[in-house]
Amino acid sequence: MSERAPEPVTAAANPPLQPLASNLLPSDVVKASATSNVPAPERQLTPVAKLIDVSKCIGCKACQSACIEWNDTHPDLEENVGVYENPHDLTADMFTLMRFTEYENPVTNEFEWLIRKDGCMHCADPGCLKACPAPGAIVQYSNGIVDFISDNCIGCGYCIAGCPFNIPRISKTAHVSKKCTLCSDRVAVGQGPACAKACPTKAISFGTKEDMVTLANERVEDLKSRGYDHAGLYDPQGVGGTHVMYVLHHADQPSLYSGLPEDPQISPVVRGWKGPAKTVGLAVAGLAAAGAVLHGIFARPNEVTAHEEGEAEELVEDRNRPQGGREA
Amino acid sequence: MADKRIYSAPGDRIETKHPVTVNRYRGYTRLNHWVTAACMIVLLISGLSFFHPSLFFLTGLFGGGQTTRWLHPIVGLILVASFLLLFAQMWKLNLPRREDVEWSRKFGDLLQGNEESLPELGKYNAGQKMVFWGMSGLIVVLVTTGIMIWEQYFPDLVSIPVRRIAVAVHSLAALFTILIFIVHVYAAIWTRGTIRAMTRGTVTGGWAFRHHRKWLRELAGRQGSDPSK
Repeated sequence: MSERAPEPVTAAANPPLQPLASNLLPSDVVKASATSNVPAPERQLTPVAKLIDVSKCIGCKACQSACIEWNDTHPDLEENVGVYENPHDLTADMFTLMRFTEYENPVTNEFEWLIRKDGCMHCADPGCLKACPAPGAIVQYSNGIVDFISDNCIGCGYCIAGCPFNIPRISKTAHVSKKCTLCSDRVAVGQGPACAKACPTKAISFGTKEDMVTLANERVEDLKSRGYDHAGLYDPQGVGGTHVMYVLHHADQPSLYSGLPEDPQISPVVRGWKGPAKTVGLAVAGLAAAGAVLHGIFARPNEVTAHEEGEAEELVEDRNRPQGGREA
Repeated sequence: MADKRIYSAPGDRIETKHPVTVNRYRGYTRLNHWVTAACMIVLLISGLSFFHPSLFFLTGLFGGGQTTRWLHPIVGLILVASFLLLFAQMWKLNLPRREDVEWSRKFGDLLQGNEESLPELGKYNAGQKMVFWGMSGLIVVLVTTGIMIWEQYFPDLVSIPVRRIAVAVHSLAALFTILIFIVHVYAAIWTRGTIRAMTRGTVTGGWAFRHHRKWLRELAGRQGSDPSK
C-alpha cells in the first residue's frame, strides 16, 4: 500500500491489480464549509471533470444503476405514474437521475426527446458549501470535487437553500445530506466515476477538465455540422464553472432540458445571509451586550429612594381611609 | 367604578402596608415567564451556533450538531406555546396609552436619573410595551419562517427561493430578538428592585411609586374591595 494511486485521466481504465493508497487526501481540501482558514494545500491536483454529452444519451439509466451499485444506496421502489423518470426525483438514495423532456422543435417541426442526466454539478463556487453552518461538512478538493462529509453533517438542509441546481437531499433515516460525490472514493484510487464507466454510448466521459473541454469542443463542432447551430458547452460561469459539464444541442436554451438554469449563481439572498449579515449581526449583538455591561458597571443604577418608600406608604394609607360612599 | 382594573392585572394587590409591598406577578405568571425565558436562552444559544461558525462549538452544550439541529425547532414550539399564555395575560395592559408618548419623549431624562419629570404610568412603561410587542411580532416571524425551513418535518412546504428568503429573515429576526432580549434583561438589572417581581413576585411600594404610580394608586384604591375581582 505504499504507492499512491495515479490521478485518473479517463473513466475507461481498469483498476490495477495491486492495492494502491488513496490519492485524495485531507490536505487536498481547498475550501471547507464554516471554516475560514483552510491551510494552503501543498500540491495542486489536476482539475477533473465529467462531461455529459446529452446528444449521445439513449436514456438507458445504466448510469443510475452503476451509481446505486457503487454507492450501495437503496432507492425506494415507486409507482409508475406514466413518466420515464425513475425514481421521480433525486433522493438521498439516488444521486443521479435521467430527466426526460418531450420537445417539439418549432423551427424544424421535429419531435425531440431531450434526456439530461441530473446530479451535482460540482461548482467551482459551491452554494451548498457557502450556506452550510457545520464546519467541514462540505469540502472542495483541489481537483474540483465537492464532497459531503457525513460525519460532520447536521442535517439542517441549509445546503438545499444554497444550491442553485436543487441537488442535495436530506436522508430521512440518517439525517445527513446526500448527493453525487463525483465518485471521490474512486477518483482517490485512480478510477473514473461509476456512471461514466457504465455508460454504453460514451455519453458520459471523465478526465481532466482541460481534456473534457477539448472533447466538448469537438462534439459541439460535430453537432453544428449536423445542423444543430446552437450546440454548445454548458459550463456556467456564474458559479465559477462546473466540474460536471453538458454538451447540449440547444445550448442557447438550457431550460429546455428539464429546467437546467440559464445562468445559475448563488442567490443574492444566500450571499447576503452568509456574507455581511453574519459578521455585522454578530458584531451588533456583541456590541449591544458589551454596551449593556459597560453601562451597568459605570452608570448610576436606577434606585428607589427611602423617600419614595415613605411616599408609597402614605399613598396606600391615604387610599385605605374610608371615604364617603366609596365602600358602597 | 373604582373596582374596574385599568392599570393592573388580576392578582396585582397590595400585600403589606408597613412597609408597602405589592404583588406584581402571580406564581403561575412567574413560572410561565421562566419557562419562556429558558426556551429563549436555549434558542439563542443553539441558534447562534448555526448563525456563525465561530460559535458552532456551542452545539456541544446540547450534545453535538445533530441534536442541536433537532432540538432547536422543538424548543421553538414550546416557546411559542408558553409565550402565547404570557401574551394572553399581558396584552391588554401593554396597549399604548396617551402617557406613553410623553414618557418616550422624556426617555433621556430617565437615563439621566430624572425619573421625577416623567408622567405617572400604569403597570408598564412605553419601553416595556415595546419589548412586549417587539417580542410578540418577532416570535410570529420566527415561528413562521422557522417552520418553512424545518427540514425534518416540512421539507417541501415552500419552494427553494422562498426558503432562502425565510432562512435570511429568520436570522435577521433572531438578531433583533437578541437585541430586545439584551434590553429586557439589562433594564431589569439597571432598574433596581425589578427582578424580585419575577422571582418572589413582589416589588416594594417605593418601586411601584417611582416607576408605576398609576398602577400603585389603582391597587391602593382597590383595598377593602372584594379581592377576588
